Amino acid sequence: MTTEPSIFIGIQKRRRQYVSTLCLLLLVLCALACLNLTIGEKNYSIYQVLHVLTGTSQEGAYLITRLRLPRTLAAILSGIAFGVAGNIFQTLLRNPLASPDIIGVSTGSTVAAVYCILFLNLSRGIVSVISVFAGILVAFCIYRISYTDRFSANRLILVGIGMQAFFNALINWMILKAAEYDVPTAMRWMTGNLNGIVTDSLPLLFLVVIFSLTCILLLRHGMQSLTLGDEYAIILGVRVRIVRAALILCSVMLIAFATAITGPISSIAFLSGPIATKICGKSQANILSSALVGALLVLGGDFIGQNLLFTRYPVGVITGLLGAPYLIYLLIQNQKGGRI
Amino acid sequence: MQNKKTITLTFFGMLLLLIAIVLSVTYGTKSVGLSDIIDAVLSRNTSAYNVNVVRARIPRTLFGLIAGASLGISGLLMQSITKNPIADPSILGVNTGAALFIVTGIAFFHIQSKPAYIGLSFVGAMLTTGFVYKLASLGYGGPSPIKLAISGAATSTALSSIISLIVMPDSSVMTTYRFWQVGSIGGASNEDILWILPFFILALIVSLSLSDQLNTLLLSEETSISLGLHVNRTKALAALCGVILCATTTAMAGPISFVGLMVPHVIRMLIGSNHFPLILLSGIYGSSVLLLSDILGRIFGRPGELESGIMTALIGAPVFILIIRRAKVASL
Repeated sequence: MTTEPSIFIGIQKRRRQYVSTLCLLLLVLCALACLNLTIGEKNYSIYQVLHVLTGTSQEGAYLITRLRLPRTLAAILSGIAFGVAGNIFQTLLRNPLASPDIIGVSTGSTVAAVYCILFLNLSRGIVSVISVFAGILVAFCIYRISYTDRFSANRLILVGIGMQAFFNALINWMILKAAEYDVPTAMRWMTGNLNGIVTDSLPLLFLVVIFSLTCILLLRHGMQSLTLGDEYAIILGVRVRIVRAALILCSVMLIAFATAITGPISSIAFLSGPIATKICGKSQANILSSALVGALLVLGGDFIGQNLLFTRYPVGVITGLLGAPYLIYLLIQNQKGGRI
Repeated sequence: MQNKKTITLTFFGMLLLLIAIVLSVTYGTKSVGLSDIIDAVLSRNTSAYNVNVVRARIPRTLFGLIAGASLGISGLLMQSITKNPIADPSILGVNTGAALFIVTGIAFFHIQSKPAYIGLSFVGAMLTTGFVYKLASLGYGGPSPIKLAISGAATSTALSSIISLIVMPDSSVMTTYRFWQVGSIGGASNEDILWILPFFILALIVSLSLSDQLNTLLLSEETSISLGLHVNRTKALAALCGVILCATTTAMAGPISFVGLMVPHVIRMLIGSNHFPLILLSGIYGSSVLLLSDILGRIFGRPGELESGIMTALIGAPVFILIIRRAKVASL
């Protein structure tokens, strides 16, 4: 190993840039969170919010600690979960369009939750538990079915698309047979929204996010080697099968838990990775940056959906709208040599 | 050898279709006998209850016949043009494009007439097909199957969130959309049949006359050009036929997926790639598959029924996954 410092100047510079970009994103996130806590049906000043949070004042305590705080936290946590998981799938499958919501990883959760909402009338807590299990089960099936003699990213994507078509048919059928007044609830859940988040579901999501994020961060070097292709990764000493399985397992956990609590918020998993790459470049694994971008998107989308439009839309509709422009952007990029 | 296979397959297909037609007319909440069908066809004994049941079911059967054939041929054309074994209107996102335009029409312009449905659905389908194809052609390697599939899926996702934005605030639109988005041939009337029949016949004739060119296209593009084929014109015409067939069916029946995927794939596997018999057989088997799915839907959904669009997806998606598992990794 050479010790000549001038060789590392470029790397160090990029690292410093990455860290400063992360700080900037964090700052924006804090600002947005404050905005979400203070503005709404009734506006509070930032001091009032701080007083309520430290327990020195009771004015608006219910609104802030019971409604807005859980909502904001849920937005941040689910944004992190979707953003990180999406980025990992896109990196592992080497295709910027291959995010988990497009290749059907989250449909298992959705089917289970829609069934529970429409036909069993279960409470939100039980619905979450069931949809977590269904989500993990379906993701495992997709992985298992696509793994014939060896792992193939393309086959995984196509099997996922097939599974998604199958489950969408089931969902359509259930929506058709359900009582009319339950349908809007299910539709809202399916686009992903943050209404009615209860505080007691958050600690679990928090633990899952922290645990998975730590695992993923520990595996980040392996993940970067995997982007070179299996053969190179093996030469570099990465235990390909274990690393890949662990990464997929962590992402599936993130997706399943977040989906169970907020519903599949569309486009977050799809967009966070590419946006983070665009901002920070490709010289690192972009795990934290895509997490922050995901949180920003969910929080921003929820703010717009709640406060800035004539009708109140669930966050998933707002963020989902970003998907179409992004695809068009990819098309335009093509003129400049972009690629899928 | 190939010819013999084709003849056997044609014979078997006709038989299957006949069975499907008879079953589709006789089986249901009220079962009727064969003699009633004969009475109904010959317009005898028109006051009998069973005869009227048969007469009420005939539009549905006829519509299923045409819709199934349209979807089968449309899938075949798309697969041939893109040289892609897994092209299908639903996989390529064309159905969602048509849906978006129809929903826009329902919500903002209060369209109700059949021609408006067909027109909007056609425009939507056409634009989406172009968009998805462009998106998939990005980067090196051109529009490979995997890129087409994933571009279609991504476009579908993006478009469906626009649909929910339009649908969500208005519950009456939501109700209309909810019933339309599940493809079904159950509500077909004689008027619907008259609307899609001319399109079907036109597209069928054009695609049959293109069959030689399509055969040539299977060689490489360079070879086709040196053989004097107008590659782009052939492709454009065939694509137009495919989109017309799929768009008219979607406008009338809602999105019905996977018929266009399964049928041509299996038939191509059996008789090879000669397009003239391929087109005809895809039509015949497409009709049979759609009618049989419709009948299965009536069996599983008793006492009501399960819409044929759901049935084809529930049968088709596993077939799709099987096809992928069998395919070589390199060809994906």
